[in-house]
Amino acid sequence: MNDPLVIFDLLLGGAIIALAIASLTVRDLFAAVVLFIIFGLLSALAWVRLSAPDVALAEAAIGTGVTGALLLKTLHHLRFVTGTLGHQSALSVTPHTPVPSGVIWANAAFCGLITLGLAVAFLGAPQAGPGFDALVSEAMPASGVEHPVTAILLNFRAYDTLMEVVVLLAAVIAVWQIERGLSDAPAPVMGEVWQGFARLVLPAIVVVGTYLLWAGAEAPGGAFQGGAVLAAVGLLLLLTRAYVPRPGHRGIARCAFVLGTVVFAAVALLVASGGRVAFEYPADHAKALILLIEGLVTISIAATLAALFHGREPVALRNKEDRNDT
Amino acid sequence: MTPDLIYGLTGIAVFAIGLVGALCAQDRLRRVLALKLCSVGAGFLLVVGAWRTPPMAPDPVPHALVITGIVVMVSATAVALALIRRLQTLESSDDDD
Repeated sequence: MNDPLVIFDLLLGGAIIALAIASLTVRDLFAAVVLFIIFGLLSALAWVRLSAPDVALAEAAIGTGVTGALLLKTLHHLRFVTGTLGHQSALSVTPHTPVPSGVIWANAAFCGLITLGLAVAFLGAPQAGPGFDALVSEAMPASGVEHPVTAILLNFRAYDTLMEVVVLLAAVIAVWQIERGLSDAPAPVMGEVWQGFARLVLPAIVVVGTYLLWAGAEAPGGAFQGGAVLAAVGLLLLLTRAYVPRPGHRGIARCAFVLGTVVFAAVALLVASGGRVAFEYPADHAKALILLIEGLVTISIAATLAALFHGREPVALRNKEDRNDT
Repeated sequence: MTPDLIYGLTGIAVFAIGLVGALCAQDRLRRVLALKLCSVGAGFLLVVGAWRTPPMAPDPVPHALVITGIVVMVSATAVALALIRRLQTLESSDDDD
């Protein structure tokens, strides 16, 4: 047993729990979101300790980075665009109605029971029981890539991943529908330092995102992590107003959203047409096909995540300008 | 005390905090945060389940499941936040009338 690392694990676990409690109890919503982002980053660190670097990368890039940007954008919208600037808005965005303390205690008691059950189940579960390790390592030579997580995502369980890309597509369609006709949020004023910062880091982010995608074949990384890092490029471009979405760009945007899904499904159908099961790639071309799918899915993920951050469909902007003119 | 025990209990605690938050929080944004905490707690348990005492490599299948879960969760969060923004806009225009 390695004593210093156990102390580190205990401290990290304690910090994660404390941050989770703090992010739900702190009065200022901005502080809550920032605490949540720190919580996500520390969780990613904990997953590195559990030898899950792929999951840690995904959590840091998507679960914390992109989600944090979405939360901060929503907070900005609620406070400065539609909400009042009064004292109340700093604490919450929804008016409070008092809840009987009995209801709160009953909820807490039920949650406690559920947690107790989970803890008993977890502690009573067999340690390190046989998983899918043997099956995966047996099938690895036929997968076309060297990294097991990528092999599972893009080959053994490719159907799951296809559906995951479809979920992202559905999310962007839903967001565009929900925000239809919503007034444009005035962009926050960013200083000159921010512009310079964006100019410096943009090329670096592009390189890191592309590297993550490429490295996914034999090392931790892959389409989702790379796509999320590339989405950060889109976020920076949108925030610095270096790129302003126009109604005419919707066609390109829609193509980018569906590109990953279409190519993924097309490859599956193509493979299936050759007398095989869908996603049963021919062994000679497995790596090329996986890289093709990953590359195009990455573009789709980056475009979709950036669009989710931007929210409203560009056409609403034009409608508003028309209305202002008349 | 092995990492899987420590982080497994951490995950259960985070899930419980999220569950209480989702039921008891009054603010919409905070409820979304609470549900996010639940998803991270569930991710902890899956990653802990995949862990093997080094130098054995961990089980990659739960890892792939958690990555899928993270991407699905960001989609769900984006839609929930868009609904919150829309609701707030409707409520503030109701107040103006």
